[in-house]
Amino acid sequence: MSDLITADLVDLDLPAGDKREVVRSLAERLVKAGRVTDLEQFLADIEAREAQMPTGLDGGIGIPHCRSTAVTEPTLGFGRSSAGVDFGAEDGKPADLVFLIAAPEGGGSDHMTVLAALARRLVRKSFTGELRSVTDPAAAAGFIAKEVSA
Amino acid sequence: MKIVAVTACPAGIAHTYMAAEALEAAAEEAGHEIVVETQGSAGSTPLTAEQLAEADVAIFAADVEVRDKDRFGHLPQVSVGVKKAISGGDLLVAQAEEAAKNHVPAPAGAPASATPAGAKAPAGPGAASKVRAWLMTGVSHVIPFVAAGGLLIALGFALGGYQINLPDDSPLYEQILDGGFSAGSITAWGALAFGIGSAAFNFLVPVLAGYIAYAMADRPALVPGFVGGAIAVTTGAGFLGGLVAGFAAGGLVMWIKTWRVPRALAGIMPVLVIPLISTAVVGLLMYVVVGRPIALITEGLTNWLNGLSGTNAVLLGVLLGLMMCFDMGGPVNKASYTFAVAGLSTGSAGALTIMAAVMAAGMVPPLAMALATVVRRSLFSEVERENGRAAWLLGASFISEGAIPFAAADPFRVIPSIMVGGAVTGALSMTLGATLRAPHGGIFVVPLMGNPLGFLVAVVAGTLVATALVVALKTFARRRPAPEAAATTETVTERESVTA
Repeated sequence: MSDLITADLVDLDLPAGDKREVVRSLAERLVKAGRVTDLEQFLADIEAREAQMPTGLDGGIGIPHCRSTAVTEPTLGFGRSSAGVDFGAEDGKPADLVFLIAAPEGGGSDHMTVLAALARRLVRKSFTGELRSVTDPAAAAGFIAKEVSA
Repeated sequence: MKIVAVTACPAGIAHTYMAAEALEAAAEEAGHEIVVETQGSAGSTPLTAEQLAEADVAIFAADVEVRDKDRFGHLPQVSVGVKKAISGGDLLVAQAEEAAKNHVPAPAGAPASATPAGAKAPAGPGAASKVRAWLMTGVSHVIPFVAAGGLLIALGFALGGYQINLPDDSPLYEQILDGGFSAGSITAWGALAFGIGSAAFNFLVPVLAGYIAYAMADRPALVPGFVGGAIAVTTGAGFLGGLVAGFAAGGLVMWIKTWRVPRALAGIMPVLVIPLISTAVVGLLMYVVVGRPIALITEGLTNWLNGLSGTNAVLLGVLLGLMMCFDMGGPVNKASYTFAVAGLSTGSAGALTIMAAVMAAGMVPPLAMALATVVRRSLFSEVERENGRAAWLLGASFISEGAIPFAAADPFRVIPSIMVGGAVTGALSMTLGATLRAPHGGIFVVPLMGNPLGFLVAVVAGTLVATALVVALKTFARRRPAPEAAATTETVTERESVTA
């Protein structure tokens, strides 16, 4: 099993746009890395999850996520947006940090523990704070990988 | 304060764990202990029976149905959407504090951990309240079986007459159900209701044993519990045998879980190794160690009763009444009942008074418990009060099993009370000379009785006595606060299994 995230899955300067466009651009990175086999299927699954309940969190964080048959292994795409992307958070703030969480359908629970660990980090101020200040994709990926394996 | 919490979200990937993290941080911040069960896709470690028994309050942060929510029935609860826990964990913990403080525990229910406002409980719950929590888990699962099965059996008697389950070796209802069901016959409908009701009743002891074991040691203990309970039915050990099976199964699995096993084996422990070993051991125990003596006891009691013929009638009534109400369907009850039914074939006047006394006494336990739940509601938990409603009809139909949930939940107060009530009824019925030719049927066979009024007086008097006693015992002979048993060492940091 490879790392949850690598440098080419990080985009520290997301293109401006609505959440659909931003998610698509991050998802394309997942496709390029061979972790998503069918872009349209994956985006439809993300869309379906968003429709249940928006994934924006207070404090400028968006966590679009889904389980999808188009995903080969648990993967995180991370992006930062200077313009901000509205993920429907209750505080109304657009997200500047976007975590695109991709989980394989029917993955065993050991696959999922890494995502559980990631989710737990997302509510820690120190974790998101570090990701706001990091300047280099490789450093961002390294930091996240280290945190979730701790 | 000890908090148990469940978090759950639609995808089970992100919010479930974020909420858990936020709650743990907030609880720690506020100086409370918390254990969170994350019902997400990374698998969840279920809360243990101990954690549930020791908790003061439950928090549900979930946008989907919380699984097995009835485990938390004894706790004050705070329910919110999963996002509320993420953005406002501290607020939620404060709400939980408030809920715990305002929670008024049912005096006879709820583990002893629930303390009055402000008073901090000095000790963790002792062994006694744990045992009670285990028992209540079993009882709460049994009650629907008692109610549904018992009412169907009563309906079977009402429609099909008391002969519906006669004779013993090839009862009428089975003949009817085997020989093709005819929708035009009321008796056939009675047979159907009786057949279905009996099927439900056959689960009674296995479910009781199974869920006691489950409460003690979680899912792997279900199999030995159920199987042990089923064997208690086969061997005629009754619900007391079922209690033995449940506690044996739970205790055994608890112990097996402490074994150190090779890693390769660890994965198949809960689904294969533990159920296999524990079921074999509990089965052996129930057949050989418990079953044989039970059979001997039943035989011995029956012989002894047969040898008593000619004894003072009132004394015999007392004795039969005590026996009928001891184990509701267990070996002692069976011995008394079989003795009475066997006498019927002789047709002697004495045998007919014995039959009336035995049936009258057998009606007392459910009736007394039903009455007690009405006159002193606060002494009973919600599920017991529900069961109390059904118990009226079960008692009236001579289905003594209706009292099993009460007796299982609090045997040392309930069983002596109903035994005394049964003794009063047995003695009165003999004294007043009520007679009966039918071996079953309760209130439905009153028209067939000799001196039906005397029969009813005996039932009512015994019911009143038993009710008064059980209320008195539950009110005054309260369980003393348990001595400080093994202090718990479970803390937040020791169970971070999910993040590993």
